[in-house]
Amino acid sequence: MRKFLFLDPEKCTGCRICETACSLHHEKVCNPARARVHIAKWETSGLYIPVVCLHCETPICEEVCPVRAIKRDAKTGAVVIDYDLCVGCRLCVLYCPFAGAGIDTVTGKILKCDLCDGDPVCVRFCDPRALQYVKSSRANMMKMRKAAEKFSELMQKLLTP
Amino acid sequence: MVWNRRIAYVDLSTRKVVQSDIPKTMRQLYLGGRGIDMYLLYNHVKPKVDPLSSENTLFIGIGLLGGIPCLGASRCDIAARSPLTGAVGDSNIGGFFGPELRFAGFDHLVITGKSKEPAYIWVQDREIEVKDATHLWGKDTIETQTVIRQDHGDDDVKSLVIGVAGENMVRFANVRTGLKNSAGRTGMGCVMGSKNLKAVAARGTMDLEFAKPERLLDYCKEMNDMIIGTRWAKAQSRWGTMIIFSNTNTTGLIRTKNFQLNRLEDGRDLEPENIDRYSIGTSGCYGCIVHCRHRYVLEEGPYAPIFAEGPEYTSLGAFGTMVNCKKMETILVANHLVNKYGIDTLETGGLIAWAMELYEKGIINDKMTGGLKLNWGNEEAVFELIRQIAAREGFGNVLANGFRDAIAKIGNNSAYYAIQVKGMSNLHSDERPTPSFALGIATSTRGSDHLRSRPAVDMYGLPEEVLQELYEGPVSSDYTSYDGKSRMIWWQELLYAVTDSIGTCKFQTVFCAVHAPKWNEFSKLIQYATDMRFTKTQLMQIGERIYTLERMFNLREGFTRKDDRLPERYFKEPTPIGFPIAKGKTIDREKFEAMLDEYYSLHGWNKNGVPTKKTLTKLGLNKEPTHLI
Repeated sequence: MRKFLFLDPEKCTGCRICETACSLHHEKVCNPARARVHIAKWETSGLYIPVVCLHCETPICEEVCPVRAIKRDAKTGAVVIDYDLCVGCRLCVLYCPFAGAGIDTVTGKILKCDLCDGDPVCVRFCDPRALQYVKSSRANMMKMRKAAEKFSELMQKLLTP
Repeated sequence: MVWNRRIAYVDLSTRKVVQSDIPKTMRQLYLGGRGIDMYLLYNHVKPKVDPLSSENTLFIGIGLLGGIPCLGASRCDIAARSPLTGAVGDSNIGGFFGPELRFAGFDHLVITGKSKEPAYIWVQDREIEVKDATHLWGKDTIETQTVIRQDHGDDDVKSLVIGVAGENMVRFANVRTGLKNSAGRTGMGCVMGSKNLKAVAARGTMDLEFAKPERLLDYCKEMNDMIIGTRWAKAQSRWGTMIIFSNTNTTGLIRTKNFQLNRLEDGRDLEPENIDRYSIGTSGCYGCIVHCRHRYVLEEGPYAPIFAEGPEYTSLGAFGTMVNCKKMETILVANHLVNKYGIDTLETGGLIAWAMELYEKGIINDKMTGGLKLNWGNEEAVFELIRQIAAREGFGNVLANGFRDAIAKIGNNSAYYAIQVKGMSNLHSDERPTPSFALGIATSTRGSDHLRSRPAVDMYGLPEEVLQELYEGPVSSDYTSYDGKSRMIWWQELLYAVTDSIGTCKFQTVFCAVHAPKWNEFSKLIQYATDMRFTKTQLMQIGERIYTLERMFNLREGFTRKDDRLPERYFKEPTPIGFPIAKGKTIDREKFEAMLDEYYSLHGWNKNGVPTKKTLTKLGLNKEPTHLI
């Protein structure tokens, strides 16, 4: 069974260690501007949302790529860019509704998560587990449990006189 | 690598900016952050300069390892001659500003002169500009940051700002970034205000390169595992520093009603668990997995709605135990107010608690307070005094210059009730049962302060073999004992000086856990990041160099052994309540003096606390000031 990047914004503490670790792993430098993952923060209301490529089943980036440089890695299931083919037209950046692809501020190339060959560095560094890399069955169960928790809270409120 | 990070000299009077490289020698001698800032302070500020004059200089510096993904490597140091104490002014701040400044190409800023009009410094990818801040003047610390972001159309701009308290030159005004992070102590916000400097804003997208990036990445992960493996860090990541309260209040180690009691009876509402009623989750500084503060919401009450972050253990004391307020909500409101206005939570609480005791004793009255009923537990009076201090109105203005000035104005034995050292308020911890803590606040180079040395591990009663190995000498495992505690304080002072200079978080070294990262781990991190190699002994010597230079600054400003003191009440009034271990305790004057002697000798200072020639030569300080940068 394939694994997925599972995002849980409620657990994110906004520390952005994922960004730093990502840039250090991929680019060998610390520079959040060149990270493939980003935490969008609304500081004054305390909202922290991880933004990263979701590796869609039907990737829009793949559809719009005029040189067919975007493919699925058979081993990890990651949607990856073949930089030998990529011409840097940035149509993937333009069309991805989840901001999963960006532009490298130094090289001008496309920046996109490749799941680090099956061991995402951001996940390794995310102690609060706002980013997880789990099998789909596990992802489903986690969502269900969370929904059930909310339902149970609601039930308790309704049943308490 | 860090070598291409620069130092910039910004003259606010002429708006001229000069950039230069930071010589590698400086790194070898002082690392960065607090270390280099202390070198700059000693070299650039002339003796006896009026802290509020344009001749005082403000230094901002990020630690050598700032920006790496471990141990909260976000820490930024702000220094100047303190307008509160006249001694070393130095305060450390986390959050996201430090790394952003580094990504923008700079490690150190030296800010001189005074702007005619309100101004702010804008730093972006190697460029620096002094910009007009008229539209920001009068705004609170949160709004100021928002407006700067709007001005630049960039949500990722990070700023150090002052609030109205800094503008009004309240002597303990702080510097703030984000919702909660504050360079709280020694009045660095006041120095910014005196220069008409409202903010320093940064945005950077430049690579930070390393000697061995792969090994650094793996080692960072190892460091994070190491720190989160301690129970202390785990507890902190759930409740923040508030977790300390559960232990210290029960035992009887917390100043209550200023200094009358050492435990808050009926203080159950201040237990850390109660933050859950208001919390929507925790929040971390840059690259920190400990995330020791809560994001909280207050939906009801006269100040609602409030969305804020915190509170710290410090605020539980400042606006709880010390003023005898017993509700978590009081703390949450007060924490929000001091942060919004930009005044130090600890100094503010310490001063208000003192004023309440003076009011009780009849040393001040309604006429002096302008009708404010400063009764114990009067939260409305606390909120109003916070506002008055920040605005310099009414009785607040009497307190706004800090203890020394307020004592002079009030007179009448008020000094006896003031719980302060070198003009700066003590934390709300009651150090009478803990000689190590007491020595630490007395010797701290920046006035009464726990973050220069506090050896929280002293509280654990660890086996003496463990302490012997850690401190490399005999240390008693009984926290009420005086034996070996000088060694403990000396050692922690060196460790924290180095921690502040590499820019990692003090909570992620030997603060509350013996097996937390320290010398050898720091040494490896520095090696992987920069290729510089330091042995443990060399790092300790750097710590000694920094601490001794701070001592030299204070000596130059007229501070001597007699200033390494404790308030008289520590010697005269025994702790009235608490567990048997904490009850009936005073500090023994003779033993305290003996600790001080031993402490000086460990530093290589003479009986008067003056570094000996031999020490200065050994540390290479005998020719200071050397004006290398």
